[in-house]
Amino acid sequence: MAGVGSACLFIALLTALYAIAASVSGARSGRREWVTSGRRAIYCVAGLCVIAFGVLESAFLRSDFSFALVAEGSSIETPTFYKVTALWATQDGSLLLWVTLLSLFSTTVLFLTRRSLRDIAPWATAVLGGVAAFFLLLMIGWENPFDTLATPPADGVGLNPLLRHPAMMIHPPMLYTGYVGFSVPFAFAIGALVARRPGADWIRATRRFALIAWTFLGTGIMLGALWSYTELGWGGYWAWDPVENASLMPWLVGTAFLHSIMVQEKRGMLKVWNVSLICATFTLALLGTFLVRSGILDSIHAFGASTIGVQFLVFIGLVVALSAGLIISRLPLLRSEAKLDSLLSREAFFLLNNLVLVGLCLVIMWGTFFPLISEALTGTKASVGPPWFDRLVTPLALVLVLLTGIGPVLAWRRFTPAALWRVLAVPIAATGAALVLLLAFTDAADSWTSLLMFCLVAFVLTVVSQELWRGTAARRTMTGESWPRALGRLTGRNRRRYGGYLVHAGIAVLFLGVAASSAFVDQRDVRLRPGDSFEVNGYQVTYREPTAKLGGDSGGTGAPISFGAVLDVRKDGKHFVLRPSRNYYSTADPSLGTISRLFEGEATSEVDVRWGLTRNFWMAIRPDIGSLDKPIREADAKFANASGDVQALIVAALAERYRRDPPPAAFRAISSPFVVWIWIGGGIVVLGALVAAWPSPEARLRRVRSLYSARLGQELSRA
Amino acid sequence: MDPSRKRKVRLVVALTAAVLLATALIYTSFSASTEASKPSEIKPGRSYELTGKVVNGSIRHDGDDLRFRVRDRDGTTSVPVSYTGVVPDPFRDGREVIVSGELEHGTFVAERDSLVTKCPSKFTKDEQSS
Repeated sequence: MAGVGSACLFIALLTALYAIAASVSGARSGRREWVTSGRRAIYCVAGLCVIAFGVLESAFLRSDFSFALVAEGSSIETPTFYKVTALWATQDGSLLLWVTLLSLFSTTVLFLTRRSLRDIAPWATAVLGGVAAFFLLLMIGWENPFDTLATPPADGVGLNPLLRHPAMMIHPPMLYTGYVGFSVPFAFAIGALVARRPGADWIRATRRFALIAWTFLGTGIMLGALWSYTELGWGGYWAWDPVENASLMPWLVGTAFLHSIMVQEKRGMLKVWNVSLICATFTLALLGTFLVRSGILDSIHAFGASTIGVQFLVFIGLVVALSAGLIISRLPLLRSEAKLDSLLSREAFFLLNNLVLVGLCLVIMWGTFFPLISEALTGTKASVGPPWFDRLVTPLALVLVLLTGIGPVLAWRRFTPAALWRVLAVPIAATGAALVLLLAFTDAADSWTSLLMFCLVAFVLTVVSQELWRGTAARRTMTGESWPRALGRLTGRNRRRYGGYLVHAGIAVLFLGVAASSAFVDQRDVRLRPGDSFEVNGYQVTYREPTAKLGGDSGGTGAPISFGAVLDVRKDGKHFVLRPSRNYYSTADPSLGTISRLFEGEATSEVDVRWGLTRNFWMAIRPDIGSLDKPIREADAKFANASGDVQALIVAALAERYRRDPPPAAFRAISSPFVVWIWIGGGIVVLGALVAAWPSPEARLRRVRSLYSARLGQELSRA
Repeated sequence: MDPSRKRKVRLVVALTAAVLLATALIYTSFSASTEASKPSEIKPGRSYELTGKVVNGSIRHDGDDLRFRVRDRDGTTSVPVSYTGVVPDPFRDGREVIVSGELEHGTFVAERDSLVTKCPSKFTKDEQSS
């Protein structure tokens, strides 16, 4: 079967190269049949990639350890869900997922544009084929997911236990879909430049793809944060780790792109800026894919030394050089059709929002690559920590949230201060009221930046509500519909606009969660024996009893042993129970005894969180299994050749011993307000983006009409 | 103001803002950064980001403190570390760690919660045995 997979990749590479050649020659000679052939070649690449993906996935499901990848990343007792997802936890498998998603995206966009954009589409086909060819070449040349083992092992190594978390397994495909999605607008931007068609056509054709890519990337980032919060055992959701930053950077620039293309669509301005932004977004997406694999930066995350770092750098260099060269050579074509009329206009504020977003990205990029920069400049590798990021990012984030509120109510071209006051009077009053209430009833004043953020959130939410209210009221007076019906119709008829408002509201809610949970968190680290208590933020926590479970841990990750605790938490007469635990996985290290091996593999925290709308109570445990060292060693010596059953009995005895005479365990308790709103805000953003991306019936009608009139024109010209 | 003058003013304002931001970026990053150093390189009197590997068999719990030794990635020079706070899941013998702190009386006293352990890669095999 591995042969089939390898063959698929090889034929896909040849087909992708053919697609490039056919499209380019078709575009140059104007022969449509070559263009059509090139486009269909991309469909074939997608088919071949899907087959290869299916072959590999079935190998994982069948636990076919003759595949080197399966032997490394899966094992017989790995639960089925994690067998399926282990494919993209491996380097080679994740590359295959990347290229499969890319070819599917390419096929979709090329199919949808098959009757339009005749000048641009062939060049875009060539670009998409080029990107696919690069990834296929990477796999065939250096990281073949279909490498086989001459002597398959009886069992595989198994999936890294840290990754056995549902959010972590959905997170990579989400991120990749985001990264890959941005290659579509990139390809069409390049196509528009090559074909000297710098109008807004390429934007209209790919705007929706950019929005979908942006949504997936954002969802991926949110899931990564959730994984960090519930699996990593430190209690935070964002650490300014290089890998996190790598996914945030293209998202920020992509956000800027989604805003600035509206200026080009409406006013014919910012053309150079837009093509530069999409080229930057795609480059950053490649950089994100590369960073996770290169090992050039120290990170919490998994960075193995990789064989494909140089190839990636060469490709990224090529993309940058090609984009920059093309943009510079087409500068005369990219002149603005209009000038900025006034600084009090929507386009001026969009530009400002773009500068803030790109500025944020530059700050994060500088911090992320600082170890390399400082090594180059001073010879020593130095790095900046989260406090540095927080200090620089916070003011920019505050400005960004302010703009989130002001942007939507501004008119294009020009705006008088009096008109601005008319739409902002109510939100400003609401912000003032929020400020007074916060100062009077909460201790929000303890953190000025958070207080400011809360006020800005109130501002944004009032602006969005006011816009919805005004629109609905106007529609009701005109049509006499009921309130909900008017609201639904209003949103349905202007999806882009009201979807956008919803996204803005979601972002505000997200920042509410970030500001509250980062500034007003209470955390304690304690060491307790059963029966001991401690207090954090008014919560009385008592360590009731230790637990020791064999097999079947609560998360279904297939952990053989987990030690944990049952804790009673009381506050104001309310009572709940938390059961944090720690899973221990076995290792195959031959230098250890048979029983030691069962305990000395990876260990992961299974934290327990009491989720609440106003406050989360988070607990993790780190049991001290040092007291078991001696009996484990004795067992190693006595039962060196014990069978599986005997081993299970010994482990059961050890677990019983731990339960009977538990040593003190280390606990971390975190009480943080409004954390859940980060993910609720994220959910609202996704919902808003879906509303904005969903094709409206009017747009479909318009498209059909324009197609019809184009045909009519063609017929008339022939006649 | 005539339009060309207005444009010039705008350009100057924008450029000044960009230069200010860049300066702030460079200044704050260099002043806030901590140097990454190997155990053989650190001296008392300033803070470092210590990188290296955990010496096999050196991990001890002492009350709330975690004590272990860190050695050069490719050498034998090692330094004892005293650490409090959350211990990352992948922390164990032989793993590569990064921890911030200062050398005091021959012991590297780490800042709370500063310990970072590199995972044995999501993308490569467990390197523990090597």
